[in-house]
Amino acid sequence: MDATAPSTPGVPVERRENGESALGAPVERREGRQKVTGTARYAAEQPRPGRAHAWPVPASVARGRVTGIDTAAALALPGVLAVLSHENAPRLSEPDDAMLAVLRDSRVPHRGWFVALVVGETLEAARAGAAAVRVDYAVEDHDVTLTRDHPAAYAPEEANGGYPGTREHGDPEGAFASAPVRVDVGYSVPPLHNHPMEPHATTAEWQDGRLTVHTSTQGATTVRAVLAGLFGVPEDHVTVHAEHVGGGFGSKGTPRPDVVLAAMAARHTGRPVTLALPRRFLPAVVGHRAPTLHRLRLGARPDGRLVSLIHEVTTHTSRVKEFVEQAAVPTRVMYAAPDSRTAHRVTPLDVPTPSWMRAPGEAPGMYALESAMDELAGELGMDPVELRIVNEPDTEPDSGKPFSSRHLVECLREGARRFGWDRRDPRPGSRAEGPLLVGSGVAAAMYPVMAQPSTAAVRALSDGNFLVRINATDIGTGARTVLAQIAADRLAVPVDRVRIEVGSTDLPAASLAGGSSGTASWGWAVHEACARLAERLAGGPVPAEGLEVRADTAGQADADSPYARHAFGAHFAEVAVDTVTGETRVRRLLGVYAAGRILNSRTARSQFVGGMTMGLGMALTEGSTMDAAFGDFTESDLASYHVPAHADVPDIEAHWIDEDDPHLNPMGSKGIGEIGIVGTAAAIGNAVFHATGTRVRELPLTPDRVLGGIGRGAAPRGF
Amino acid sequence: MKTFDYVRAASPEEAAELFAARPGARYLGGGTNLVDLMKLGVEQPDALVDVSRLPLDEVEELPDGSLRVGATVRNSDLAAHPAVRERYPVLSQALLAGASGQLRNAATTGGNLLQRTRCPYFQDISKPCNKRAPGSGCGAREGVHRDHAVLGHSPHCIATHPSDMAVALAALDARVELYGTEGARSVPVADFVRLPGEHPERDTEIAPGELVTGVLLPAAGAGLPSAYRKARDRASYAFALASVAVVLRVTDGVVDQAGIAFGALAHRPWRARRAEQALLGAAPTQAAFEHAVDLELSAAEPLRDNAYKVPLARSLAVDVLTRLARAAGA
Repeated sequence: MDATAPSTPGVPVERRENGESALGAPVERREGRQKVTGTARYAAEQPRPGRAHAWPVPASVARGRVTGIDTAAALALPGVLAVLSHENAPRLSEPDDAMLAVLRDSRVPHRGWFVALVVGETLEAARAGAAAVRVDYAVEDHDVTLTRDHPAAYAPEEANGGYPGTREHGDPEGAFASAPVRVDVGYSVPPLHNHPMEPHATTAEWQDGRLTVHTSTQGATTVRAVLAGLFGVPEDHVTVHAEHVGGGFGSKGTPRPDVVLAAMAARHTGRPVTLALPRRFLPAVVGHRAPTLHRLRLGARPDGRLVSLIHEVTTHTSRVKEFVEQAAVPTRVMYAAPDSRTAHRVTPLDVPTPSWMRAPGEAPGMYALESAMDELAGELGMDPVELRIVNEPDTEPDSGKPFSSRHLVECLREGARRFGWDRRDPRPGSRAEGPLLVGSGVAAAMYPVMAQPSTAAVRALSDGNFLVRINATDIGTGARTVLAQIAADRLAVPVDRVRIEVGSTDLPAASLAGGSSGTASWGWAVHEACARLAERLAGGPVPAEGLEVRADTAGQADADSPYARHAFGAHFAEVAVDTVTGETRVRRLLGVYAAGRILNSRTARSQFVGGMTMGLGMALTEGSTMDAAFGDFTESDLASYHVPAHADVPDIEAHWIDEDDPHLNPMGSKGIGEIGIVGTAAAIGNAVFHATGTRVRELPLTPDRVLGGIGRGAAPRGF
Repeated sequence: MKTFDYVRAASPEEAAELFAARPGARYLGGGTNLVDLMKLGVEQPDALVDVSRLPLDEVEELPDGSLRVGATVRNSDLAAHPAVRERYPVLSQALLAGASGQLRNAATTGGNLLQRTRCPYFQDISKPCNKRAPGSGCGAREGVHRDHAVLGHSPHCIATHPSDMAVALAALDARVELYGTEGARSVPVADFVRLPGEHPERDTEIAPGELVTGVLLPAAGAGLPSAYRKARDRASYAFALASVAVVLRVTDGVVDQAGIAFGALAHRPWRARRAEQALLGAAPTQAAFEHAVDLELSAAEPLRDNAYKVPLARSLAVDVLTRLARAAGA
């Protein structure tokens, strides 16, 4: 660790003379060694005396009712302890989230829904038992096929995040119709899966009416509240630990069925129970990014200024609950257009329930918008960087609010400079290297700034160290490390004098690691607590018994802001397309971000690069196929759902520009966990067009689609 | 997982005996496919006869110039073997195009040939599959079949053989050496893997209890210009969308030897004999290659969602043939 700040406790950073701070330094992850040496314990790695294992039984029909469950064969197997189903499972309260209404009734809302749970002495016994459970169904006709004109589609009042489903300004249709330059195109993004490295897992144990769980979650505070409600016990009878979490990408944002089932099985059997979901079960029960079908209509003047901007999104949800991927929402933020319409339509189908996946809304929405902007630049004969710059708005287009800070133009210019954009021949298909066609593309990125109230405690210890306690969750981002930096900065001590405890409901309650809000939300509370502690200490000695101060940012972190607050970025990609095979390989990816103050340059870079890598997968390889006959996702393992591996990731660079925004939080930071994915797929898609001269409007850009397009000339409009 | 016995064999003879004595046994090589299938419930052996440590781990140069590859030679070792790299580059390239480094380190030559299809319906025991459960139907035919066969499929099965190595072996006229209680025999690789026909449950011509002991690479293909090319969704590793292995000899301005095999188009490595016949005696021009490949692929019967494989395979084959001809003519 190289953060060596002056070490007078209680002297705020701004009063330090040499200006050094732990904030921004590339401090290494505190738990890095534990993780790479395998000593970090995850939720399933919690041995307990008498621990049993559970294995779910997924429904093998797409829609219907369970009419009978024959457990005799399963229970006769050695080591099988119990088979739970809606017939005998502990009765829980009705959950707010219907995805958690497991083993409550006989309804099968989609294939893969859990209809039973087998508990065994060993994992193998539980799995064998699950295979031996015989389930009879009354099967009903199902429909899992999303179309642009599905008769059951409707316009939802709200999209995910509480955004209005539809927004309209002026006369977008009329303005489009009379625009001198028009682009009217469709794009489609397939269902995508989060697939964190660590599948969802929980170890649960009841003792004397108190429940303790170790679970893989992005937010233990909510897990505790949900479990307490479901099982009808006071919250202080439930303890949730999430010490180490192997990624979530949104799929662990709220409790998923594993934690409810594990707690149920533990209660039913009186044993500690571990339920670690196998990879193949994840697509059906932990949420997915819903497929989105986009129609973009962009009308512009010859100088590139938009006169009309229409973004319409069609998506699906399940019969379990309404979840509407807010893919048209980012278009409300991006460009100045006097007349605009952004709207969602959703069709309930007999599909697994969609949910959050890294940059929900922004990732697919900005793919479509930024691809359409590229097409418009082509129609105009204008440089795509310049097109974005001429449409830079003075205020947030939809709300009219001033931006707290917006440096998209700076990101575009800095990215263009670093990338060598000025050397690009804009003509599509103009650069061949033997059988390869080489092209480059650009896209903008945006992600909103969010923060939630949290509480934190900081204790000055008599040995000169400090202990920060907060129920934050480190999902692999380095939350421990950056929170220690925030505390060290505010306390004006070296970062190695700050100890930190996160990942347990024994600690002061805090918000989830989601919406790129974790560091802002937790850091705010930590900062506040440290500020108060510094004030109490006032440079004086620490009392022998230590001194603890708490802070709660309710009313601050969630206060309405008069500003529109977003991070912005620009992505540049260079690809080579093989004209023999249609294979597209990314050669270079470069991102430049304006995301407030960067608090740890090492872990921040890792977040940006990780997001870009996931965007590369979205662009080229990741896609899931709903099987119309069976009603499930066909790609259910990592052999068929192609996430990028090291050899797929090219020369990749993440940079940021300094941004000083006083309207955010005491650290001046914006979230960085999601913006990296947001513009990447469009930048790559635009580069493929530039390379080949053919626009493929359906992701992922697999060889069959790209080869089919090469030399085809004008592509269909995509809808 | 069902419990099973595990025994390790010291010799092919002992392996065959151990197998014969245990109904429901399976041979275990590198385990990179069989163990996955056991976890999925597709395979439920009562016993595993571990043959991975049989003394069949040598690549042996025979007096007639051929090369014998022991069944337990690991894919990585075979790909890196100097004699293979020098005389049969198509085989080395095919091996390195398959799977990931970790898998190649574990996978054996015999196991690679005997690996099962990765058809998602075959791997999901909650769905019908005539290969896994004869008579249950084919989920893929009307389902998701972008990766499936365009040549030689049957109403019962449209699965493809997943091996890259086997495609190169087919083009090289390699033979599979087998040992069983009935004795030893050898079969050309191109015929060893079957078409699905009425019996998709039978991937190969191997008899119950028979063991792959090795692969024989004939001298005839040694040292000839040869190459493998594979198209895939992901650069790092993925099964082929289509691939081609070519061995080509040009003498006095005409093709006088050609071995062409396609991967990922059929239930077996697809030896393109019509294309080969069309090329023999022809000048190695792009037009001749296109004509020959089109002749072969005219037999293709694509399904709803995999018609792309035909032009992709054509493009791959013409590219590799053209490059080899250029190299041979230089």
